Amino acid sequence: MSNYIAIKNNQTIPLQSIPVLKYEDILSLNTAFLTDESKHCVNYFGYKVRDKLKLVCCVADDKDSTILISSSEINPADGIYPSFSAKHLAFHIFERELHENFGIEYSDHPWLKPVRFANNRVNINSQIENYPFYQIKSEELHEVGVGPIHAGVIEPGHFRFICNGEQILHLEIQLGYQHRGIEQLFIEKKKLLQRTTLAESVSGDTVAGHTTAFVNLWESLCGYKADEDLKFSRTLALELERVAIHTGDLSAICTDIAYQLGSSVFGRLRTPVINFFQTWCGNRLAKGLVRAGNNHFYFSRQLGGQLEKLFDAYEPDYNEMWNELKNLPSALARLEKAGVVTHEQASSIGTVGMAAKASGVIRDIRLSHPHDLYSHINHEPIIKNHGDVYARTQVRNEEIEQSIGYIRRILQNTPEENKNRKSLEAPQPNSFVLSLTEGWRGEICHCAITDEKGELIHYKIKDPSMHNWLALALSVRNNEISDFPICNKSFDLSYCGHDL
Amino acid sequence: MIGNIKILFHQGKQFIPDVTRAEVPGIFRGRPEISNEPVEVNSLAELCPTGAIAANPVSIDLGKCTFCGECAFAYPGKIKFTKDYKIATNYREGLIIKEGENNPVSLNPELIRKEISKYFSGSLKLRQVSAGGDNSCELELNACGNVNFDMGRFGIEFVASPRHADGIVITGPISENMAEPLQICYDAIPDPKIIIIAGTDAISGGIFAGSPALNRDFLKKYEIDLYVPGNPIHPLTFINGVLELIRRRK
Repeated sequence: MSNYIAIKNNQTIPLQSIPVLKYEDILSLNTAFLTDESKHCVNYFGYKVRDKLKLVCCVADDKDSTILISSSEINPADGIYPSFSAKHLAFHIFERELHENFGIEYSDHPWLKPVRFANNRVNINSQIENYPFYQIKSEELHEVGVGPIHAGVIEPGHFRFICNGEQILHLEIQLGYQHRGIEQLFIEKKKLLQRTTLAESVSGDTVAGHTTAFVNLWESLCGYKADEDLKFSRTLALELERVAIHTGDLSAICTDIAYQLGSSVFGRLRTPVINFFQTWCGNRLAKGLVRAGNNHFYFSRQLGGQLEKLFDAYEPDYNEMWNELKNLPSALARLEKAGVVTHEQASSIGTVGMAAKASGVIRDIRLSHPHDLYSHINHEPIIKNHGDVYARTQVRNEEIEQSIGYIRRILQNTPEENKNRKSLEAPQPNSFVLSLTEGWRGEICHCAITDEKGELIHYKIKDPSMHNWLALALSVRNNEISDFPICNKSFDLSYCGHDL
Repeated sequence: MIGNIKILFHQGKQFIPDVTRAEVPGIFRGRPEISNEPVEVNSLAELCPTGAIAANPVSIDLGKCTFCGECAFAYPGKIKFTKDYKIATNYREGLIIKEGENNPVSLNPELIRKEISKYFSGSLKLRQVSAGGDNSCELELNACGNVNFDMGRFGIEFVASPRHADGIVITGPISENMAEPLQICYDAIPDPKIIIIAGTDAISGGIFAGSPALNRDFLKKYEIDLYVPGNPIHPLTFINGVLELIRRRK
């Protein structure tokens, strides 16, 4: 018998079919998986089963499009456990979460710090104002604290720098300020519309990404096969969101290097794209658009024609601005060689999405675990190898062009609306399901577990930011502290997606 | 240089000339109108994910509404969302839309403190605190200052320090972990100061209402000067609301 079960993206399986291993076996199995760069951990979490804690580890095999699921049952009070993270750093954030929420003690975890000060944490005495920052005792060095509230209109998080003069030696990022208890609310709020609304609010800049992950998961759990027009609108929303946010990010990157022209032009180029979402579904950030087993906003041919016209106007202005930026020495001087994440670093800490692709690590769910229309698109990820701010900027630029190409292509075959849609059945009992999507920031993973009545008993969300915040912290080492804003913006990570 | 001028020329005019009268594109869901058509009220109220719909008379609380539009799809004869984006007000009850009353949402001038127009009508600097916000309202607040909406032309801007600010704009349902930083920020703003709460999550907690991870005590302590509903707020809702709040009245 195998000690794991291999499933496809959005496949629902009986809970019993997941092999239950001894702790040392789940440890050796999953850490051995990750010695191969084509495998990476998409989720590793725990939930209470009677008086035990059940651990579920999900490792995606990018080569054969499967996700390898294994589990174990432990009692956290039983003692101290060896950590996965000592063997592979990519597990560090998951084990920190297990430590914070369930009190598992690890003997050899390299960085067992609080994750988000969740309201249901075990140690209620661990308070956000007393985060145990790493310190270096030296008269030569000084510390700089930034946040939680930042200078601009952005979400809160605290950055603590240890600097030698202008140079950053170390950055520690403390999060948790945005914690709203969203995973618990998925269980408590029983209506599908409430859960969909929650999915839309995981991270309000990735509405299409998170909501598509949720509805694909939910439809699988209910044994529902989505019609072509539903798949079409989800794929279109994901790609449109990518174009919109990448364009906005290019504007913000220009702002952070004080390049006013780029900031204004990319900023105004984003406007028609998000306004198109409003034309389509009544909301500039696509809230209300993606629904399980339903779509109130059929994407007509007429809308398709409007979108093509929009891109006809967008592309020349965009290209003109990009060509100016990429040939501007004063801009390149700020972007190149700043905030470098090496391939080795990116791979070892489990970086995903755009940040991974800019460091030469191929992580793209659209290629490795396609869902909706992606299996027809034959996606080829944009890969850059320098790992610097400019590489992440280039990935955005090329992804914008690529996504517009995909959108133009799928618009050739706008499916008819299915007017006699089946309704959703109840979720299957005693089941496990996992859903992956590639949001503009990177891989999003949602997992759900149901009880014998088909009620949700556990819901787990992983935003790409969970992995990538550490990449930001590593990228700024040995950079000037004045380059921090531009490094930060080049990742554009989510605080609320991390804090949940 | 010539390249830059060319680029500038190619942008044309991007700003919205009159933000008070601009029409939003598409099928925007703004102020709802509720007809007097009789419906099964309980099942209508049951539809709503945030309990924004109440009976006798049928009403929608825009402070709770997520503007998902599900009620209007299920009861098209009863509820219709209009494109009216002027839905900000300065009193909580003003956000409740009742059946048969199709009046615009407006501010109650009686409730506006005198010093607001005296000090802020030509220049208002705001500090933004996201307290559990999902970055959607934050994106839209940033958009208020872009070249399209250009809120800066009215002297309204976001500033980097509470010491430079005349007021605070709160987004998000106010997480427990942000309660103290929010208070510290508010205390650091010099008097007189205003409080604007932007977005459904901030006004009522929205879909997060009742979560044990929130701490909304801050809102109980102070008078709120402006409620800006939306999920997220539309930049035009915010700009028009603030302009109404600070404008000089006779």
